[in-house]
Amino acid sequence: MSTASVPLPNWINYGLIPVLNLVIAFLISGLVVWFIGESPLDALNLLLQGALGSGEGIGFTLFYATSFIFTGLSVAVAIHAGLFNIGSEGQAYVGGLGCALVALTLDNYVPWYVTMPFAVIGSAIFGALWALIPAWLQAKRGSHVVITTIMFNFIASAMMNFILVHVLIVPGKMAPETRTFLAGGQLPKLDWLMGIFGSTIGAAPLNVSFLIALVMCFLVWMLVWRTKLGYEMRTLGLSPTAAVYAGIPYARTVIIAMLLSGGLAGMMALNPVMGASARLQVEFVLGAGFVGIAVSLMGRNHPVGIILAAILFGILYQGGDALSFDMPNITRDMIVVIQGLVILFAGALEYMFRPAMVRTYQKLARA
Amino acid sequence: MEYYDLLISIFGSTIRLSIPLIFTALAGLFSERAGIFDIGLEGKMLASAFAAACVASVSGSAWAGLGAGIVISVALGLLHGFASITNRGNQIVSGVAINFLTAGLTIVLGQAWFGQGGRTPTLPAEARFASITLPGANAIHDVPFIGPLYANVISGNNILTYLAFLAVPISWWILYRTRFGLRLRAVGENPGAVDTAGISVEWLRYRSLIVAGILCGFSGTYLAIAQSAAFINNMSAGKGYIALAALIFAKWKPVPVMFTCLLFGFLDAFANFMQGKAVPGIGEVPVQIFQALPYILTCILLAGFIGVAKPPKAGGVPYTKER
Repeated sequence: MSTASVPLPNWINYGLIPVLNLVIAFLISGLVVWFIGESPLDALNLLLQGALGSGEGIGFTLFYATSFIFTGLSVAVAIHAGLFNIGSEGQAYVGGLGCALVALTLDNYVPWYVTMPFAVIGSAIFGALWALIPAWLQAKRGSHVVITTIMFNFIASAMMNFILVHVLIVPGKMAPETRTFLAGGQLPKLDWLMGIFGSTIGAAPLNVSFLIALVMCFLVWMLVWRTKLGYEMRTLGLSPTAAVYAGIPYARTVIIAMLLSGGLAGMMALNPVMGASARLQVEFVLGAGFVGIAVSLMGRNHPVGIILAAILFGILYQGGDALSFDMPNITRDMIVVIQGLVILFAGALEYMFRPAMVRTYQKLARA
Repeated sequence: MEYYDLLISIFGSTIRLSIPLIFTALAGLFSERAGIFDIGLEGKMLASAFAAACVASVSGSAWAGLGAGIVISVALGLLHGFASITNRGNQIVSGVAINFLTAGLTIVLGQAWFGQGGRTPTLPAEARFASITLPGANAIHDVPFIGPLYANVISGNNILTYLAFLAVPISWWILYRTRFGLRLRAVGENPGAVDTAGISVEWLRYRSLIVAGILCGFSGTYLAIAQSAAFINNMSAGKGYIALAALIFAKWKPVPVMFTCLLFGFLDAFANFMQGKAVPGIGEVPVQIFQALPYILTCILLAGFIGVAKPPKAGGVPYTKER
């Protein structure tokens, strides 16, 4: 029997192996820092201080984490159905359009808590629509969803550029962005959340969408592990042939899974568009869709894991800002390197340590 | 005659914009024909552009730059192989990781070494691939029609451009006429059969990734030290993905790859030309339409509306030997 198929206890599969992969990714990042001629320990210290050392830092960390929870869930839902959705980036971008249209329409008339549900629905629908064509192509025409979602990221970028430059731009202004939403189109900041811990949020844009993200985590958990649809999705993800043989409709399940995935990605737009900048800007997604891939892989596609991984990446983003400020030699792009390493070790090389792990475990179990 | 000059200038930039696509798409051709999906083309291209610019700037030699570009790109190909062949990891995930890694590392290292915000210093002429004037270009320059075409489109390119067009028939010959090529295509369709014949699936796939790495090295080098005179942040700017689209659009065949890349290069050149200009009767055509067109066309092709694009059967699946 090969070592790849030996079952391991959950704490090794879901705890030790991800942590080990993460540690290796960080060690290599440390080597890069050392190679540049800075001290990795100083860098780590600055990073943690910047991300967690103040109420404002934590606020920013959780603000970034909010976006990553949405996109992480988006990638995870698709993965459960056996689909690798690389298109969260584009779906989030188009979701921003839905979110902005709702805010622009309603912000003059109703308070934010009336706007919010419509904005959630609007952003989800627009994100889902952007995933619909790749989903349909995969389900009905057999074109690989990975390729089509990559293509749709670029199409989204071109389309949104056009819309912002030619349609939604404020007449007389140079910047390709919508007008600033009034209070009725803005999500309030979570000052009180930090207040509980006797701290202040400062300028950090942590807002209500953080709570929406947590609710979505619960709903996704319910969906995937507690509903018939979730069961069908997971069956499809494990074995499409078995699923079809068991009478699970392939095309329908693929399309629903991708719509849910796109909808979750679209909701990510609530956080930057209605929470932070109160307007729709060019490229507001800033790679959060791709971070979602790393978050989902690290969080083992489970909502709890995704929250933890999203906070970790939030720390990296906020801490990385502080780090590049104090160590000008290390640019913000160091985060992208760490992200790449996490994806490499937690995703592509996830089985590298498994055989050794199995051998050690069997030795210990026998002893 | 004025229109003709315009056409000549658009053709000229079509060639310049197509070369990196041709090299990269051929790279993808070799790896995908062997059954390894290669989303990491973008990253390999970027890394080799960076390495080529760094080494060319330090050594002052364009050829040393090319060597460095190839070495880095092959190394990334081997990393992709280690993850997806040896460790049977997900090929897409590994490719995505390579793209992230290189996007970050090129800026971090560039800033640390040169301190110009991720740019490399501007290269002197001798550290770049200079344009070559083909024999007779000046003599027939004034001959109507053929003269400008020969002098400004066919002649006056650098050596990598001619190599790219040479690489197309060579790739075809390797894939369809050599033992290595036949086995490589077989391993992408039915690795089990190749294994049964006593040929190592893993080694064949590694070799295909090495070939892909070499070709990506050429494309990155072209970007940094032939087309431009320095490495600039995110220089590949999605060209790796366009090349991937071109590869699919060409249905994984070498000669169609060349024509598709020329078509996509033409769209790009035409978009640049059309920027801010109005078409009579239609008005100003948004440049974004041209930018999105290669991707839209590829999706339409994938949907089977303009022919069928069938990928190699074993693509994306790690090979597991019988136990």
